[in-house]
Formats: sequence, structure tokens, C-alpha cells
Amino acid sequence: MADPIAPRTSPDVEEAPASALWHRHPVLMRRAVPAVLITALLIALAGAGVLRQSGEVYLIVVVVLLLLLARAAFANFWRGLDRIGVEDAHSRWQAQSPLVQRAVPPVVIAAVVILIAWAAGTRPDLSLLVLLAITYGLYLMPPASRRIALPVTVLLLVVVYPFLIQQTDYQRFLFKLPIFGVFPSMDTMVSILIFAMMAIGLNMVVGYAGLLDLGYVAFYAIGAYTAAWLASPHFAAYGVSMDFGSVAEKGILDVGGIHLSIWLVLLVAGVLTAAVGVIIGLPTLRLRGDYLAIVTLGFGEILPQVSRNGDKDGLGFNLTNGPPGINPVDPPGFGNWLSGNLGLPSSYLREQGVYVNFLSLMFWTALGLLLITVFCSVRLRDSRLGRAWIAIREDETAAAAMGIPLMRTKTWAYASGAFFGGVAGAWFATIKTGVFPDDFFFNISVLILCMVILGGMGNVWGVVAGAAVLEYLNLEGIANFNGWMNDHVLVCDPTKQDPSAVISGGCLNAPLVTFGIYGAIIVLVMLTRPQGLFPEQRRKLEFETGVHDTPIQDVTA
Amino acid sequence: MALGYTLVYGILELINFAHGEVFMLGGMISATIVVQVFAQGENPAVGILVAALLVSLVVAMTGCALLNAAIERIAYKPLRSAPRLAPLITAIGVSFILQNVAIIWKGTRPVNLPESEFSAGGGAVIFRIGDVVYTWDRLFVLLITIPVLVGLVWLVQFTRQGKAMRATAQDKDAAAMMGINVDRTVSFTFLVAGALAGAGGVIFAFYATTIGFATGFTLGLFAFTAAVLGGIGNLPGAVLGALLIGLIQNFNEGLSWYAPGSKWTESIVFAILILILVFRPEGLLGERTPEGG
Repeated sequence: MADPIAPRTSPDVEEAPASALWHRHPVLMRRAVPAVLITALLIALAGAGVLRQSGEVYLIVVVVLLLLLARAAFANFWRGLDRIGVEDAHSRWQAQSPLVQRAVPPVVIAAVVILIAWAAGTRPDLSLLVLLAITYGLYLMPPASRRIALPVTVLLLVVVYPFLIQQTDYQRFLFKLPIFGVFPSMDTMVSILIFAMMAIGLNMVVGYAGLLDLGYVAFYAIGAYTAAWLASPHFAAYGVSMDFGSVAEKGILDVGGIHLSIWLVLLVAGVLTAAVGVIIGLPTLRLRGDYLAIVTLGFGEILPQVSRNGDKDGLGFNLTNGPPGINPVDPPGFGNWLSGNLGLPSSYLREQGVYVNFLSLMFWTALGLLLITVFCSVRLRDSRLGRAWIAIREDETAAAAMGIPLMRTKTWAYASGAFFGGVAGAWFATIKTGVFPDDFFFNISVLILCMVILGGMGNVWGVVAGAAVLEYLNLEGIANFNGWMNDHVLVCDPTKQDPSAVISGGCLNAPLVTFGIYGAIIVLVMLTRPQGLFPEQRRKLEFETGVHDTPIQDVTA
Repeated sequence: MALGYTLVYGILELINFAHGEVFMLGGMISATIVVQVFAQGENPAVGILVAALLVSLVVAMTGCALLNAAIERIAYKPLRSAPRLAPLITAIGVSFILQNVAIIWKGTRPVNLPESEFSAGGGAVIFRIGDVVYTWDRLFVLLITIPVLVGLVWLVQFTRQGKAMRATAQDKDAAAMMGINVDRTVSFTFLVAGALAGAGGVIFAFYATTIGFATGFTLGLFAFTAAVLGGIGNLPGAVLGALLIGLIQNFNEGLSWYAPGSKWTESIVFAILILILVFRPEGLLGERTPEGG
């Protein structure tokens, strides 16, 4: 992440005359001018009606201004501390033991998260301001904290999002976006988190190990069906009845079938999917890159077909209940003991609050799962295994020569990617409280692949950003944009519109070509910026300098 | 269809996912010509039908050839020196774009052609040998396919351009050193492959009388399976593979005794693809290459 204030604080010797002139002004002015300009812009936007008229927007503007001025006064947090009498604050901090230095920031962040969540619960209208203040506070900190300012702010914003969006009159607090209209709904946000998990899983296979997997939707489907088998009345027809920590309603438990605790189900789904990944991987991973892509594509087509046909007629045994799918899947929850002693929700379905309800609990849990996924992904990348993956991606032959066991390393990549796909699938089944075979099409594989490519193969944060953008566009963005076009730009007559045509009766029906838009994104990104929007440094170099694995003379011939 | 895949793959070692879509657009072009230019309703006269068929063939082959070459120029050529996966991913993107071009052009509902002598099961009987009935709908497929195949073999085996194609396939750098214009050869290959896809699309449109935007993708994968089955980069192999896949498909769907039925066609074809790739990646007629496995 680029250091946002470095260019301004470090005097550059070979600067252009214009910027030298600018730097001759006092620091206060250099800080104040952009602030005034930004404020003027915001007010102008508000006046033009782009920002919906609301007092809070002006309040935000004022706070931004104050913070900019405060930063001008304390150009550096530590120097500021020095100035108010705390001597050598920075060096004293650095003299602390590494354990303290590593432990304190997470604790502080956790405390702040809780504080903000609490504040958001009581005064949702103030949480945005608190967030802004924290961001700014972090920017004033020494470089190490400055680097985490953006992720922490984004994380906090995501944590308090349910409080902001679920108010009945939330548009008083959130302005409307130009063109795209209202902010994404809770449903969309949960989907974004689930798809981000899957994109990270796929990123391990495609981004780290360089194995193109076009059938990732298969893992997703296996995870979802595992959840359906282990936490629904589905097997009641075969006389199976089992209850282990499930929080489903009594009426559903009485029907029979297997009912495991959802947390166990998530784990089992992940492990089972990883096992399937290994089974698929062992014979196929010997193949070269593009053949592998085709084989995975084949699996990605076979498994959904199995799920569509896997009922009594097709299979002789009702495995997947065919096209209607399996419904209902048990809700997640912590059970009565944890609910009574720790105050955790006993069953998500029973929570009916304005802010704390099924959707927001699903959202926070998915966020937790996503964070675990991100953590595992980053740690795996930096581990011995992860470096082996990257070595294989860059040059398989050289990696093998260095003693990396190719098959085992690749199979591990497959298994870990599949694991997170499976967990995401299981969570998806719980949130939809059912599994439906129509959710698992080849399109989804391409959508996830598109997220990975757009965000930047190999970069976890980029992939999450790619997932957020594309899933938002998929569920709401394109439809909203379409509505805006029809209302403001085109002469649309809805009565004459043909629902199967893209352009008819003067109306545009852009959601029909959603995947064409993704195709265009893929092609554009690959042609103009193959490393993605937020490239991983190493990957970027690879694309810029080439991989040099094609000698002029073919030595194998 | 499989031939086009083999041709492009053999030369470029690139799996052109968009091939199925070019095929589908070829079918759409012919549907447009029959319905709009010739304005044919139900059961058109044979003479007009033949004329429409020939015109569609010419237009669709030219159009698809140009389209395919344009795709190559815009989407694949800049990536020829990039890591292997880059063009493959781009090909998927192109395939989705083309599908959506078809949606914009024709909408999401499939396009229908009039039932005719050439549509499946609708042809008049030409001759019988015992129980075997030979009808027009089958004959016209053969009448187009065989000349195209012969022409293709001649092109690849006996012309200067074909020699250049084979040389490029073997070793791009060496071919360039021998004075072959690699860029032009690759473009030419895509032209030929596009024309083949266009012809295939026309035949399909006349035979099946219905073609939708998603038709190309699955058929494209079947064709790829055929190409792999026969040994990729091997023209007779591709024809053999296509025959086998067609037979398997018909056995699966048509036999009354124990057969899984049409619900499982895709699964079976892809299972064959996977098995072939895993156990005999060189295909039935292919040669084993060092990097094949």
C-alpha cells in the first residue's frame, strides 16, 4: 500500500519548479488549501442534488476540515506528543519488547471495533463520524500504523454497515450515490462476503500456484450440499435421525434426518470438499496448465449435472433431491447454554431486532469467516508451502529441480482452495436455508475467476476488492445503472419492452448482458493490465519481464 | 467444428474457447438469411432452400472467418508472449462477449428456422438399403462436410500456406527464421478455423432448426472433446473423434435398453474427456509429445 503522506513530507531534491513553489508555502496553508477545495466540492455536489440534502453530510465536511487542520498542527503524531510534553515517545515505544509491540495494536484495534459497534448500536448516526476520526488518527500515527489505516477503516465500516443500512430512514445518514442510487442491501453484502471467500480460495489455486481452475463452482456446490445433508431433514426419508448440537426448531428436528451443529458442518464441509479436491487433483494435476483447465471445466459441468439429476429417477437413490433442491437447511446459532451464559444468539432465526437479526448476524459471521480465510491465505502464502506454490507458478521445471515435490505441492494448493470454497458453499446454503442446483452453473466459476483477475491474481486484498465490486454489480449495480439509464438518458416505454431483448421499446435491459460485461472486463484486464487492479508485487514483475521459460532452442526436442 | 479446434490448437497451442461461439454466430447468420432475406415460412420449396443454403454458407463462412481473425488480432495476438494462462483466460472472456453479442442481436430466446427438407427427421427418402433409410437431411450434411474436409486436407498438406502452418505449429521461432511470416500464418489459421465454424453453424442451424445464444458453448466443449479424443492437432483424428462422440451421444439418448438417457449426456462426454486426458493425453491417433502428459 502506498504511503499516502510520504510524497508531501519528504522533500524531493529534483522536483519540478511548480511543486517547489508550492512547497515554499507554510505547512498550514499547504494542508488547508486542499481541505477547502474538497469541502467546496462536497458542498457543490450537495447543492447540485447529487448528495441528498442532509445535515449529516455537512457535519462530515466540518469534521474532515477540522481533522485536516489538526493534522496541519501536528504534522506527525509522535512529534505532536513530544510537543505536548511526552518526551521521546516514539523511541520509548520502540524500546518495548517485540511481544508488546506486536500484541498492543491488535488489542487496541479489537477494543476500538467493539467500541464502534457499541456506539453504532446506540447512535448509528454518529458512527460514521467516529470512523472518520479513527482513520485520521491512524494517519497521524507512525508509518507502521499508517499502513493499516485503510484496511482498519474499511473493516470498521463493514462492521457497522448493518447499523447504517438497516435504519428505517437510513438515507438521512447515507447520501445516495450518483447513478447507482442506494447503498447495497444486506443480502448483497452477505453475498459479497461469501463470494470474497470463494475468490480467495480460488486465488490460492490460480493466483498462488498458477493452476487455472474453471470448475471452482463444483467445490462450492459440494460444500453447499454437505451442509444440506448434515443439517436438514433430507435423510429422514431413509429413516436416519440424528441430532448433535443443532439449533433448528423442534418441529424440524422431529421430522428426523441428520442435524449437526452448523459450526461442525462448516468444518466437515471444508474437509470433505478438500478431500474431493484431492481426489480430483491426484489424477489430473499431472496435466499441463491448459489441459488442466479443461479437465476442471469438465468437473465443473459434471457435478452440477449430478446435483440436478441426483434424485430417485436419475440415480436410484435420492442424493440431491433433483431440481427442487434440499430445503430447509437448519439455521446457525450457538445454542441455549452459550446464549444463557455469554449472551450469544441461540439461533439466528429467532433474533428479530431492528439491527440484530438473521441477516446482520449472518453478515457478521460471514465477515468473521472471511477474516479467518484472509488470515489463513496470507499465512499460507508466506509459508514454505506458499513459496513452493509461487515457485511452481513461475517456473515448474526450475521448481522441480530445486527439490519441490510438484504433485504434492499442487495437490495441497487444490485442497486448500477447495476447503475455503466448501466452507463458503456451506455458509451459502445456511443463509439461503436451502440448496438449489440452479445456483451452480459454469457462469459462477467464471464470475469468481473474474473477481480474481480483476483484483489482481495473488493479491488477497485485491481479490476481496474485486469480489466486492463484481458481486455488487452482479446483484444490484447493473440493475440500478440500467434503471438510471432508462429514467434519465433513454426514452423508455416499459409497456413496449420485450423482457428477452436487450434493447426494445427505447429501454435498455442491461442485466441480460451481465456476463458479457464480465467477459469484456476479463479481456480488457488481460490486454491492458494483466496483473489486475491491485497487483501483487511479484506477479507484476512476472508480467512485465516475462517468465523466460521459453528458450529459443527447444532443449527437450 | 472439431477440425477448427484442432487447427488452432495445433498451430498455436491455444484452446480457443470462443470457437463454439463463432459457430453459434454462424448459425445465427444463416437463420437471419433464411428468414429475413429469403423470407421463408414453413416448408419452403427445395430450390429456394438450396439457394438459401448456399448463400448462407458463403456469408456465414466469410463472416465467421473475418470475425475469428479479428478476435485473434485484437485479443490473442498481444498476449502471444505472455504467460500461458493469459490467452486462455482471455479466450473465456471473448466467448462470453460473443454470447452476449448474440443476446443483443437476437435476444435470449432461441432463433427458429422453418422446418424443411434439411431439418432432422424431415427429409424425403432418397433411397433405402434394407431397413436403412437415407434421407435428404443426412445427405446435405455429407454433401457439405466431405468437400470441406477434402479441401482442408488439401490446404494443409499440399499448399505452400499449409506447409507454413505446419512449420509454425512445430516451432514458431524456427519457422520465423525460415522466412515464414508467423503473424500472417496464425491469422490465416484463424481465418480457416472461423470459416469451418461458420460452415458448421450453418449446417447445425438447418438441421436442428433452432439455435440459441448458449448453444455454442456446450457444443464447443463437445467439439473440443472430439478433438482431444482423436488426438489434438491431428485432422483425421478430429473427424474420428467427432464420429465417436456423435455415436456415444446417440447411443446414450436413443437406446431403449439400459442407457442413462439424455439427462446425463454432458456428464458422459466430459467424463470421456477427463479419462482421455488423464490416461491417453495424445488421443487415439495422436503422437506422444514430450509435453503432452
